[in-house]
Amino acid sequence: MSRRGYRAPGAQRLVRWAPAIWLTLFFAAPFLLVVRLGFSEAATAQPPYRPVIDWSEGLAGVWAALQGLRLDNYALLLSDPLYVASALTSLQYASAATVLLLLVGFPIAHVLARQPEGRRELLLLLVILPFWTSFLIRVYAWIGILKPEGLLNAALLWLGLISSPLQIMNTGVAVMIGLVYSYLPFMVLPLYATLVKMDHSLLEAAQDLGATPARAFRSVTLPLAAPGIAAGALLCFIPMMGEFVIPDLLGGSDTLMIGRTLWSEFFSNRDWPMASAIAVVLLAVLLAPILAWRRLEDRAADGEAGQ
Amino acid sequence: MTALRRAASPLVLGGGLFFLYAPIVILVLWSFNDSRLVTVWGGFSLRWYTALFSNAPLMEAAWVSIRIALVSAALATVLGTMAALTLTRHGRFAGRTAFTGMAYAPLVMPEVMIGLALLLLFVGLGVDRGFWTVVIAHTTVSMCFTMVIIRARLAGFDTSLEEAAMDLGATPARAFFLVTAPLIAPSMAAAFLLAFTMSMDDLVIASFVSGPGATTLPMRIYSQVRLGVTPEINAASSVLIALVVVGLAVAFLLMRRRKPALR
Repeated sequence: MSRRGYRAPGAQRLVRWAPAIWLTLFFAAPFLLVVRLGFSEAATAQPPYRPVIDWSEGLAGVWAALQGLRLDNYALLLSDPLYVASALTSLQYASAATVLLLLVGFPIAHVLARQPEGRRELLLLLVILPFWTSFLIRVYAWIGILKPEGLLNAALLWLGLISSPLQIMNTGVAVMIGLVYSYLPFMVLPLYATLVKMDHSLLEAAQDLGATPARAFRSVTLPLAAPGIAAGALLCFIPMMGEFVIPDLLGGSDTLMIGRTLWSEFFSNRDWPMASAIAVVLLAVLLAPILAWRRLEDRAADGEAGQ
Repeated sequence: MTALRRAASPLVLGGGLFFLYAPIVILVLWSFNDSRLVTVWGGFSLRWYTALFSNAPLMEAAWVSIRIALVSAALATVLGTMAALTLTRHGRFAGRTAFTGMAYAPLVMPEVMIGLALLLLFVGLGVDRGFWTVVIAHTTVSMCFTMVIIRARLAGFDTSLEEAAMDLGATPARAFFLVTAPLIAPSMAAAFLLAFTMSMDDLVIASFVSGPGATTLPMRIYSQVRLGVTPEINAASSVLIALVVVGLAVAFLLMRRRKPALR
């Protein structure tokens, strides 16, 4: 359309630059500050870190501040088992929850994609709907279900399946339930999007050629759904790595995920540089998955535009 | 095998929906329970709702959240529309990769990191934290979601109408407001609603960038929830859920009524 002799008038320039400037200022630039602060040390001052750039001294002030930067936070991150453990716990929970989400989400998306068209949209809406209600509230709802005197234990006791209440609340199991529950719509949507586009004649062809349903699923459905599987897995895995609310409300002291550690460094210890160092490490770990996810999305968008 | 399959699909769907909805339904039921205990039905009662509406700090926080959500959702819808237009209509331009990167990264970036980063920016700039810093933070995150929604609509969109308008002498801005905007209005409305609910829902980012006098509803709820399940919060949650359900039902009906006119 507007590619012919593109001379952007004022309004168009605004459309093009306003979001870019906003995101640079409020998303990209702040991360540079996080990186810088990760090399600073905590201080009992306002703001609670050192060095602070003294702008009144011009370049000399900036230089003095740069010379004050330290690697101490990163050395501590590596040597203190608390940080290493919470990073590993995050990785463990995020990976396990991603696998569980695939196991739960794939059958749902598969069944959804095979529904007749009218009903399909309504059912899809029903799957997405919980995503619109408050995340905090949905996590909170599980407290009442999982706690020792909660609904689940009461039901199990009544059924005679257990003789004394199970300790589920404040354990890793509760965190896993919370993760799977909260991120399920994010897994089902991309899976559904690829499965619904699948050409069913391919499956029929495979079966006509003598493939068992299981074999046809393995060699036709799974490869075709692979982009959706990857997109869903990344879309869940990346934010789960830094999850705070779920491990904080449902977990216990042994489910110290990295997002929670960052939070307590910041709010309880008021060690802003340490919190920043954790954020830098988390960003470094997540960079590869984020880039992989971006490539997938770009390819999907290009595919759509090419159709 | 096929019989097993036929039985499996309602089971999968039913199970999935049960898993998704049971906690929400239970929460709403509890809010009408006269008893404090979640396992004892003490009879139907509205006492937690009366307690809720006389809880001044909670009501005040709700009002703060609603105002923040309205402003940030409006900003996010405008900025998201602009970003979506840039990505779908401006073809390849210098810095496109960097721009799409920035526009999509907040979708998956853990909230603790966004919150911390923005806080450091505000402290570095010497800005007093409060209402507007939360608005800016929420706008930044939700504009990415609004962009995704509006971009999806623009991608499957017949550009010949815009071209016709411009061939007839309309400026791009005029063509947008007369042709494009009415056609993407439903997705802009959906984007606004999503941005609004996301802002109303956010705990983590607001905790970092908020200041005195700007305690949001999720922050207030969180500080009460940490002390355990309280029936008053059940009532507050039910009110919020009811608002979302009513809002979505209205949006759904509006979009349904407009559809025939579009075709």
